Amino acid sequence: MRFAFTDEQLAFRDAVRDLLEKECPPQAVRDAWSNETGRVPGLWDKLCRMGVVGPDAASLEPLDLVLVLEETGRACVPEPLVETFACGAGGVASVATGLGLELSPLVLYADSVERLVLERNSALYALPPARASLESRPAVDGSRRLFAVSWDTGRAERTGLEARSVLDRAALGAAAQLCGIAQQLLDKTVGYAQQRRQFGQPIGAFQAVKHQLADVALKVEFARPVVHRAAYTMEPTHVSMAKTYASDAALLASRVALQVHGAIGYTVEYDLHLWLKRAWSLAAAWGDAGWHVDRVGRAILTPR
Amino acid sequence: MDLTWTAEEGAFRAEARAWLEANVAHGLPSGDTAEGFALHRQWERKLFDAGWAVVSWPREYGGREATLFEWLLFEEEYYRAGGPQRITQNGIFLLAPTLFEFGTDEQKDRILPRMAAAQDLWCQGWSEPEAGSDLAGIKSVAVRDEAGRGWRLTGQKTWTTRGAFCTHLFGLFRSDPAAERHRGLTYFLVPLSAEGVAVRGFGRLDGDEGFAEVFLEDVFVADSDVLGGVDRGWEVAMATASSERGLTLRSPGRFRATAARLVELWNTRPDPSLREDVVRGWMDAEAYQLQTLQTVTRLAGGQRAGPEASLTKLFWSELDVRLHETALRLLGPEAELEGPWSKGFQFALAGPIYAGTNEIQRNVVAERLLGLPRR
Repeated sequence: MRFAFTDEQLAFRDAVRDLLEKECPPQAVRDAWSNETGRVPGLWDKLCRMGVVGPDAASLEPLDLVLVLEETGRACVPEPLVETFACGAGGVASVATGLGLELSPLVLYADSVERLVLERNSALYALPPARASLESRPAVDGSRRLFAVSWDTGRAERTGLEARSVLDRAALGAAAQLCGIAQQLLDKTVGYAQQRRQFGQPIGAFQAVKHQLADVALKVEFARPVVHRAAYTMEPTHVSMAKTYASDAALLASRVALQVHGAIGYTVEYDLHLWLKRAWSLAAAWGDAGWHVDRVGRAILTPR
Repeated sequence: MDLTWTAEEGAFRAEARAWLEANVAHGLPSGDTAEGFALHRQWERKLFDAGWAVVSWPREYGGREATLFEWLLFEEEYYRAGGPQRITQNGIFLLAPTLFEFGTDEQKDRILPRMAAAQDLWCQGWSEPEAGSDLAGIKSVAVRDEAGRGWRLTGQKTWTTRGAFCTHLFGLFRSDPAAERHRGLTYFLVPLSAEGVAVRGFGRLDGDEGFAEVFLEDVFVADSDVLGGVDRGWEVAMATASSERGLTLRSPGRFRATAARLVELWNTRPDPSLREDVVRGWMDAEAYQLQTLQTVTRLAGGQRAGPEASLTKLFWSELDVRLHETALRLLGPEAELEGPWSKGFQFALAGPIYAGTNEIQRNVVAERLLGLPRR
């Protein structure tokens, strides 16, 4: 029994964190809201060179990537990382991938990825976006370019991917990003509560504020081991627990972050909303907490 | 990462399971009553004789030098087998870790084996009528007795769990009246049979006489019963507080066993409106286990338990209340009857209060983990 990451896994995470601090600062996410693709120009190639995606990532296990995916959530990276991770067989798919499952049918970045992977009758098919008809569906998170996709199995190739395992990988990837988002929201809000002064003292000195932030810390502390265990086993029940805990943690973190920031957080000029909206999106994607709790229930309950 | 148990750990678990299944005392009355306490004492003695009372302790004091992971396995098997509450708990889980860290060899040799064998039963003398959450406000005093080479204790302790049945008390007393709050306190080990001690038991919320007031009037305690040095009591006590809040008091096995019973209760009364609460309760117990395994990995790697223990305490105490609340809702009109769930519910309600109220724990998390300003 050893519930800890290797030095290599931690070093990989640190390297990705450094890269994202430089290449995907909040301004880059903000710019993505108004550019053509919703993504950060050039970032995909850099992630590829670092081995987060692309051929070098093909040999990695979910456990090698879970901390890295957390970092991409922390940085609010607007790229099809979860989808590309989900469609890899062992590690990560070799090309940028858009994913549509019956549970989460809208396809992120369908107009700018190299291929689409789509579910029909529990089978997964691959096709280039040019062979499908895309209808844009504006999302609350302006960097999430979502599309309803019309397509024909005759113009697509059947893949060897299994829908359930792709869903599990997508849910795990989203759970990891949600943990990173929750941690980022906590860190930013603690920082704000330390420097914002009202009534002659930092607002973070008020117990009513402290206790809300302590509750977020509690959620994050107990979500991360659940997510890490799921990355280790990839068992469906474990993945469902991971998505539940990470969604709950990120949603509470966003609620508290906004409340503690107050009016300044309720603006689009301040960066906070970038993470809030990403948290809402990912909590709803690939099965929300209710869906996953139900799946765990089917595994553990045996009504008589 | 390796989330599998080794062959040795597996063998340890199998041995514990076999012994517990054959020997666990079922259906004991509450250990927080006079008659129940005596029966629990016999059970503790049986555990001790078989070497299962204090598995993680050194052999010389009655343990089997189990690792922290093995201790977790033992706890899981203990509660899985339906093992009863541990009336020795405040001694073996709270005082003992403090003795291992601060005690002299003489103190360890004298106290630990008798504690493990349930010959001496220890209660905690911290709270006073005017010092609950604000523990540093205690007023009970220790006055130097130079001639007797010891101290004279005077004051009142209260809400002392099982104080009416225990034989000894460990507690904090103000040894330097001029010092402020956290300074000038000393940690004493006091036999309740000493002259000048009066104990009055009283009923807890659940009706059991599980609480006591302990009155001390000029009680002599020798220098050899000072733990960790004169005027260093706060530091020594806080070492115990981490154990109480964190790992040692509430191993995941307890909550996993309760969650399994809750699932079983739902299976026999499958109320769809409570399905999600049941599943979430089960998942929370599992999450507590995972967070514990992560913490134990860190401790096994040589790190010390710190303010993270407050997160642990918040989680298990609120989880325990939720599990029982859900069970009572499943029971519907039968919830008001005396029974294991209503009893357990009342017991669980103490969790967010003792070992530092959850309000205090949230302050600790905010100030010491997150770095928010104290004022």
